[in-house]
Amino acid sequence: MSFKTFKGGVHPGHFKSATEKKPVVPARPPTMVVIPMAQHIGAPCEPLVAVGDEVRMGQKIGDSKGFVSAPVHASVSGKVVKIDKCNHALGRPVQAIYIESDGLDTWHEDVQPNHNYNDLTADELKKIIREKGIVGMGGATFPTHVKLSPPPDAKIDYVLINAAECEPYLTADHRAMLERPDEIIIGVQLVMKAVNAPKAYIGIEDNKLDAVEIMKKAAEGIAGIEVHALHTKYPQGAEKQLISVLTGREVPSGGLPSAVGCVVQNVGTCIAISDAVRFGKPLIVRNVTITGSAINEPKNMLVRVGTLIEEVIEQCGGFKPNIKKMVLGGPMMGLAQPGPENLPVIKGTSGILCLSEDEVQLQEIDNCIRCGKCVEACPVSIMPLFIGSSVEQGLYEKAEAYNAMDCIECGCCTYICPAKRPLVQWIRMAKGDIAAKRRK
Amino acid sequence: METKLVVSSSPHIRASQSIRSVMIDVLVALFPAALAGVIFFRWGGFLTIILGMLSAMVTEAIILRKKNIFGDGSAAVTGLLLALVLPPIVPWWLVVIGGAVAITIGKHVFGGIGNNIFNPALTARAILTLSWVGYMVHWVRPIDLATSATPLAGASTSFYNLFVGAIPGSLGETSAFALILGGGWLLYKGHIDWRIPGGYIGTVFVMGTLLKSSGNLAGMLSAGIFHVLAGGVMLGALFMATDMVTSPVTPRGKLIFGIGCGVMTMLIRLYGVFPEGVTFAILLMNAVTPLIDKLTMPRKYGEVTS
Repeated sequence: MSFKTFKGGVHPGHFKSATEKKPVVPARPPTMVVIPMAQHIGAPCEPLVAVGDEVRMGQKIGDSKGFVSAPVHASVSGKVVKIDKCNHALGRPVQAIYIESDGLDTWHEDVQPNHNYNDLTADELKKIIREKGIVGMGGATFPTHVKLSPPPDAKIDYVLINAAECEPYLTADHRAMLERPDEIIIGVQLVMKAVNAPKAYIGIEDNKLDAVEIMKKAAEGIAGIEVHALHTKYPQGAEKQLISVLTGREVPSGGLPSAVGCVVQNVGTCIAISDAVRFGKPLIVRNVTITGSAINEPKNMLVRVGTLIEEVIEQCGGFKPNIKKMVLGGPMMGLAQPGPENLPVIKGTSGILCLSEDEVQLQEIDNCIRCGKCVEACPVSIMPLFIGSSVEQGLYEKAEAYNAMDCIECGCCTYICPAKRPLVQWIRMAKGDIAAKRRK
Repeated sequence: METKLVVSSSPHIRASQSIRSVMIDVLVALFPAALAGVIFFRWGGFLTIILGMLSAMVTEAIILRKKNIFGDGSAAVTGLLLALVLPPIVPWWLVVIGGAVAITIGKHVFGGIGNNIFNPALTARAILTLSWVGYMVHWVRPIDLATSATPLAGASTSFYNLFVGAIPGSLGETSAFALILGGGWLLYKGHIDWRIPGGYIGTVFVMGTLLKSSGNLAGMLSAGIFHVLAGGVMLGALFMATDMVTSPVTPRGKLIFGIGCGVMTMLIRLYGVFPEGVTFAILLMNAVTPLIDKLTMPRKYGEVTS
């Protein structure tokens, strides 16, 4: 068994033991769901229903004409009671449809199984994947049908399945592999068909060897699918790093994975694709890891999209009194939230991480001592220390010359910095400024 | 009740390492060399070490107006490094002035930690050498502390003595064994990169072997080994040239820097007026560190070469 790896990266503690052995439990059916119109990267949806309308589970209730977008669906059956702003993981309130559940969970008539799903063409598959609102479930929520539509001249050799789950604390993908391996494999086969790729590699970090075994068994005898154990190192699951590790290819700076014949999908997305294509079910549920030292009962849960985080937290025994920070996603790239109120679980919510007071210390920023640890840790070989000091002095052009735009924002530099300098945060500022200038 | 939580940009966890913890690791790494200095050079050595560290720490505390004199530990490291590169028997006031000079002129005139161009301890040593040259070239034998020349200046000795450090020389530079022990610890902790000491020591060995050495192979090799073990190369390569602030951050830059230090050291030793050249070699290379960094930027991921 080869444990492949990439250049740079860091080794944070795993913090997965609290939930890795806990099977995914379905969350209580919510009495009300809040479905934001923007749960993906790209154009937000327009509501297709009005206040007072009856909707059914799986009904499309929001869509957009934009190509880079994905429709949203009702995750309960019931009545639209309100169309109003709700809090959103990205920090800006967005328009959302509030649905009061009738408790019956009646499926909409659009949700029909495809008995002959093996006969579907690539275009038909992509159409289903778009219609069912599938987006990347690792957290970035890029619409999946867009990823599956590479430029016509690009030939896709590999479908790569990101099952690294390199973020500390999170175990939702790990549990999915242990509990639903066959659905994942079907999803992988569907993706292979959609992009006409002969091969698929599933990459799993070696701190989940049980998942490696199970996935290997599930993939046995299926042509083209291989399971690879990867060295446990953050950010093993970053798209570019995963491509390098599994294929030895390097995505050109500023380019897309399709430029080197690769399409990368998250393991959770594969289950959603399998559900959508085989059963006609839109993406309305997902695995969520609720964990951290400031939650009473850490759990892996199957949660409906639109469930309020407050309710999820309550089903995990509530916060401990020492709660200081709540992060949606993992600790390295997740988004901190001011509170769980009026904030729904969306398609990209992989985890709810609750950190306690002593884990959230404000750090005093020191001068850079040029130790070079950020240079060593940077997986894309840029020089965070110089970008950081350029931004500190407001010299954004200099930051651009030091390749700020190539940053993948993994956060390794900030994590490792002994002077506690907010390097990736500064780089994000530089990227925002440079991108704004380029648009002009 | 509305929960009030901290909102900040990711990452939300940090490695436990801090400047202070790095500096403590360096102090631990210097302990064997300091101990060897005290064993060989007795109370005088001990006093020099204590005074050097105290002077540097107090000076820093005054400049930063902080009551905690240990602070981030960097002044203690500077003070200890200075003590280790001084001759074992020097007047107490020289040590005190050295510590103050290292922290003021070596570090804070540039803006404090991280901003200095030159290694503070070596800056102070250079200034002391130019100001009180008599005291700074007064060498003594270990244990009996009788005045003696250093091996580099022609005193005869054995490789065994060179290795354990029972030779005349600066307080902490004589014992290669103690320095390798500490350097190994820093390598293990990931605070220094092999490229700087590797490039430095390798270059000194190669130049020592090939230049100005006697005819046969054994003689040439022993000249190479002699140049590595004698004088300040070990201390310089493992602890001075690897000073984070004043050495390059790029992998290729580190190797070039190490080789540059080696070349300059040997040019001074073999063709210059001084028997030893470590101090000025490293200071000179410190000056070109920004340039080296600029010219050796690593190839970024996915860089399109046309």
